Amino acid sequence: MNAARTAATAARVLRQLRHDPRSIALMILVPVLMLTLLRFVFDGSPRTFDSIGASLLGIFPLITMFLVTSIATLRERTSGTLERLLAMPLGKGDLIAGYALAFGAVAVVQSLLATGLALWALGLDVVGSPWLLLLVALLDALLGTALGLFVSAFAASEFQAVQFMPAVIFPQLLLCGLFAARSTMHPVLEGISDALPMSYAVDGMTQVLTHTDMTADFVRDVVIVAACAVLVLALGAATLRRRTP
Amino acid sequence: MMNKQAEGDQAAVHAHGLTVRRGTGRTPRTVIADIAFDVPRGRITGLLGPSGCGKSTLLRAIVATQAHVTGTLDVLGRPAGHPDLRSRIGYVTQAPSVYDDLTVRQNLDYFAAILDPGRAAAARRADAVHRAITDVDLTTRADALAGNLSGGQRSRVSLAVALLGTPELLVLDEPTVGLDPVLRRDLWNLFHDIAATRGATILVSSHVMDEAERCHDLLLMREGRILAQDTPDALRTRTHSATVEEAFLRLVDEANALLAQEQPR
Repeated sequence: MNAARTAATAARVLRQLRHDPRSIALMILVPVLMLTLLRFVFDGSPRTFDSIGASLLGIFPLITMFLVTSIATLRERTSGTLERLLAMPLGKGDLIAGYALAFGAVAVVQSLLATGLALWALGLDVVGSPWLLLLVALLDALLGTALGLFVSAFAASEFQAVQFMPAVIFPQLLLCGLFAARSTMHPVLEGISDALPMSYAVDGMTQVLTHTDMTADFVRDVVIVAACAVLVLALGAATLRRRTP
Repeated sequence: MMNKQAEGDQAAVHAHGLTVRRGTGRTPRTVIADIAFDVPRGRITGLLGPSGCGKSTLLRAIVATQAHVTGTLDVLGRPAGHPDLRSRIGYVTQAPSVYDDLTVRQNLDYFAAILDPGRAAAARRADAVHRAITDVDLTTRADALAGNLSGGQRSRVSLAVALLGTPELLVLDEPTVGLDPVLRRDLWNLFHDIAATRGATILVSSHVMDEAERCHDLLLMREGRILAQDTPDALRTRTHSATVEEAFLRLVDEANALLAQEQPR
């Protein structure tokens, strides 16, 4: 690992993004618009908006970063730039950390905007600290980046890469407790949901929603999400092969 | 002193019993079969042969981005794939490998930062980037997005990236394919200039035989084997041919005749 190379990679990824203002606008604005939409969908039941809105603050960064990273790294693989970089003195860790840093920065902006809007303009009622919401959102973004990076290794085209979104994200979305409390699911599904990282991301958000202090459950959730992100990042690193088979 | 001398005498690339298999299935294909050759230092060696004969695979083996390579393959006095070699070799893939959503200069800035990282090296990097852009004659397009350039211009950006670290060995996979004649001539002049003034070794592949005349040495390849290794002149004289293309065809016929003799039907 080399800090200067990691920083250069992160700067390069952000520079690429800067040439694509439409993508930036979509990444930043879509969560904001969806939350606003949600607020008025649940116009008559603000309690429902509180719980779903808080969960979505964690889910948006995960989905966005998953999509962006899987396409970006796939392009890196197919354009030959990955082969070129790995023939240069660049560590795989530098490349991955560079991506995680760059998209992490985007996630911070996205989450700040979405959280700020939800709390102060849409009247989302959160008992705990908004900073904890932001922390969970950031970890979710990291998890999304990690999953996207990993999955891009199994996609031969951008067409396949976007199909991985429903395949990898939707089951987690259904089982994470957003639609029905996990304890009310069929025991098998509850067991599966215990093994999926998004369940802990949503649970962490709910903890902040309902408790003033950092609970033991919250700490557990945060640690699990972070550990999953690091584990998947390591798996992703293993898929960056220096050599063509 | 002795060591330096010994290193100077060594070939830039030395291969012996080199075999490459490709494919991940149960029956990998043998793409390169037990070949031996040397690429002399400070000269331009052309790797010529028809499409699909294993040229790109061989080049990838030399820059160590190819898996399943067996046999001896030494590059600049070290086994291929040695981490020290990564900053000493410049490699240009067949398809231009640059970021389309960055400008020419931003592309070069990034790759320069990978080769020569750190704030202390900023001035040196700026020089290297400036020189590389000038070398490939893209100064007027330096701030254009790579994706907006023509095919020939994009492959020159790719070449400029390879020139960045003043590599001792430049490995170029079909760098002149699809370029107009003027540009091809300019690039070949640049290659000769680099070999002459910087003492760099250049290994360049092509399936266009008339490019052979521009090389100092030739490696003729066919179906994963080396047909001949010689200078263009010697090759023509030996086969009593007027052009390298004719010489190549004659060598193919000879090899086929030999094969027919060995395995009578």
